[in-house]
Amino acid sequence: MTDITPLLQMKNISKSFPGVKALEDVRLEAYRGEVLALLGENGAGKSTLMKILSGVYNMDSGNIIIGGSIVNIKNIKDAEKLGIAIIHQELSLLPNLSIWENIFLGNEVFSRLTRRINKKVLKEKSQMLLNDIGFYIDVDILVKNLNVGEKQLIEIAKALSKNSKVIIMDEPTTALTDVETDNLFRVITKLKNENMGIVYISHRMDEIFKICDRITVLRDGKYIGDVKTKDITKDDLISMMVGRKLEEQFPYRESPKCETILKVENLCFGEKVFNVSFSAKGGEILGISGLMGSGRTELAKTIFGEYKKTSGKVFVDNEEVNIRSPKDSIEKGICYLSEDRKKEGLILGMSVGENMTLANLKKYENGAKRINKIKESKSIEEYIKKLSIKTPSPQQLIKYLSGGNQQKVILAKWLMLAPEVLIIDEPTRGIDVGAKKEIYDVLNQLKSMGKSIIMISSDMTEILGICDRILIMHEGTISGELSRKYASQELIMKYAVGIKG
Amino acid sequence: MKKNLKGSILKYKSLVGLLVLCIVISFISPRFLGIANIKNVLTQVSVNAVIAIGMSFVILTGGIDLSVGSILAVSAAVAAGMIKSTGNISFAIIVAIAIGCLIGFINGFLISKGRIQAFIVTLATMIIFRGVTYVYTDGIPISGLGQSFSGIGNKTILGLPIPVLIMVIVFGIAYYILSQTRYGRYLYALGGNEDSARLSGINTDKIKTLVYVICGATAALSGIIVTSRIGSASPNAGVSFELDAIAAVVLGGTSLAGGEGSVVGTIIGALIIGVLNNGLNLMNVSPFYQSIIKGLVILLAVLVEKKKK
Repeated sequence: MTDITPLLQMKNISKSFPGVKALEDVRLEAYRGEVLALLGENGAGKSTLMKILSGVYNMDSGNIIIGGSIVNIKNIKDAEKLGIAIIHQELSLLPNLSIWENIFLGNEVFSRLTRRINKKVLKEKSQMLLNDIGFYIDVDILVKNLNVGEKQLIEIAKALSKNSKVIIMDEPTTALTDVETDNLFRVITKLKNENMGIVYISHRMDEIFKICDRITVLRDGKYIGDVKTKDITKDDLISMMVGRKLEEQFPYRESPKCETILKVENLCFGEKVFNVSFSAKGGEILGISGLMGSGRTELAKTIFGEYKKTSGKVFVDNEEVNIRSPKDSIEKGICYLSEDRKKEGLILGMSVGENMTLANLKKYENGAKRINKIKESKSIEEYIKKLSIKTPSPQQLIKYLSGGNQQKVILAKWLMLAPEVLIIDEPTRGIDVGAKKEIYDVLNQLKSMGKSIIMISSDMTEILGICDRILIMHEGTISGELSRKYASQELIMKYAVGIKG
Repeated sequence: MKKNLKGSILKYKSLVGLLVLCIVISFISPRFLGIANIKNVLTQVSVNAVIAIGMSFVILTGGIDLSVGSILAVSAAVAAGMIKSTGNISFAIIVAIAIGCLIGFINGFLISKGRIQAFIVTLATMIIFRGVTYVYTDGIPISGLGQSFSGIGNKTILGLPIPVLIMVIVFGIAYYILSQTRYGRYLYALGGNEDSARLSGINTDKIKTLVYVICGATAALSGIIVTSRIGSASPNAGVSFELDAIAAVVLGGTSLAGGEGSVVGTIIGALIIGVLNNGLNLMNVSPFYQSIIKGLVILLAVLVEKKKK
């Protein structure tokens, strides 16, 4: 039952950064006992709006009204006092502290006289908060020993410990498995029934239709509209988001049948990859599915030479190769696009152009070991165009680009090398619908040129949408193989959890 | 992507600081602008600048080399010993630089393949090779190195003191490598994000080792200059030289975290230190106060650099 007066109102919010108008006259209303989705492409302004609400940024103009009165949020503590809590995409827990220490970080209760922290009280309170959301765990456990799903529940408990009235969740399910996502939704529903207001920022349509009551759509920093979830279709919602009709979300193209390019035989890496054998053919997109922790990334990194294999053989074009480093792998025509672009893909201090050509510099070398910068610039311009990378110039520091455009730069980096095999790990994670489609188009193009693409993904619709064949991993081994024709979410899940037959 | 020399210099806020310093000092002590004094300052600066250029390579990758002073001492001592016994100056210089490269390689190997932190490795080699120097020299300076050798540190070519010439050549090579070659690009990438660099196919272990070899070589080269100017190789040579080198790099705007900075900044940083030293001397400031002032200037410069970001 939703209240008539909004719990929270944001009116005429505007915010600019040097060179960019992030928000222009944006509005938002959140009600008690309701889950509101905040939807928009990357760069639409969702994160900025929520950061203004939670006190991380200060708005240039506009009003925020809570419980009927205008409030002034100057910093994070102000927002906390008003009952606003935000759970960021990058979880902010301290790994070496325990659960209860993390929950009360910055809000410890201590005795006035001795300044000592009252551990007993805090531990009990933490236990209660966690029990309330159905999470029964020992609060002395160190956070680093928890998985992502569990960490997220701790973040929620942290928000609840501050007597929050509004909880904002920024892309909460990005790193969660399906099981963990269901658990999260159970918690969200419970909070909703307890009259909390929840703002849910996400790209994932299925989830929004599952858990959200209303949707506010932003595009290019402007407010587009508000709809009740039950009153709109997915397609219409996408139109609101991108301002145009998307023909197909997952473009699939028939694959040109080609030879096997990569063959892996009984590959082992410690405990993480055990006796894995498979082949990847040219002109095909081979998907690798599986639950978190099933060893997919470890498999990719072992093939790529980042991890040292403990046994097994790798063949490229029917010749056995000995790959001991990423450099070796690249020389053999195998490239790897990491799932963590911030940590393993980008050099944040460098420009778009410098990041793009980093693996290809040898080709621009002329006499006296000099980089021919004109040749290099031409290459960069070519790929900026090819992949529709939105950047004011190639000299722009890459950290200022949106997630989707950053991913395109990294993709360009590998495409420049014309690899025979491209292994991509979670290629569209945290990327908006428009950029996703552009990336799929690029992959299809690569496929039509007879190259082999191995795609690791936790997004089932993506895997089913564009892959020709699907391998499923379970606890370090390949538990199943499905062709596109016979694949389904149920079958993939079956193999992913280890059910045989 | 035009990274020409002019463009890089204009970016440097530290250059403004240097100019202000020069102007202020020349007002207080007009002798500062005399040709003889300028040649003197530049010659003194070159000793630190040469090491600082090598140190820039190391710091750009996010590392540090505390052993440069000891490398300077041991390589200079061995060179001096060789000059005394064989009289062959060129060979002695080559050996000195080779020793610098060797110790640099030891540092680099332990840091890259051994995965030990740079601070710890170079702290250890700093202590070890100071000891080696004492053992080799028996604690006594090696002197009597002859006229031709002392020419290196004290003569001029076309009006330019040879040490200054050496500094300019080393700077030129370093600038070329860092801004025009792919190794330079790899170096910045490694300093920016080692994982990303390695996963892009860069041989990060090799580059990590190489920067310490370069640093060791420049330390040895500087040792030749120092020994030639003084006329003897002292077992105490180079003590605390690592601090001045690191200060020059930092004053020039290079981040200790790596991935950001340039040798142009380093030269400016070395000049600031040299000009400051010279200015304070000309103003007859007591050497005790000089240390205090120098330290405060470094702190101030870094704060100003940070604020402008």
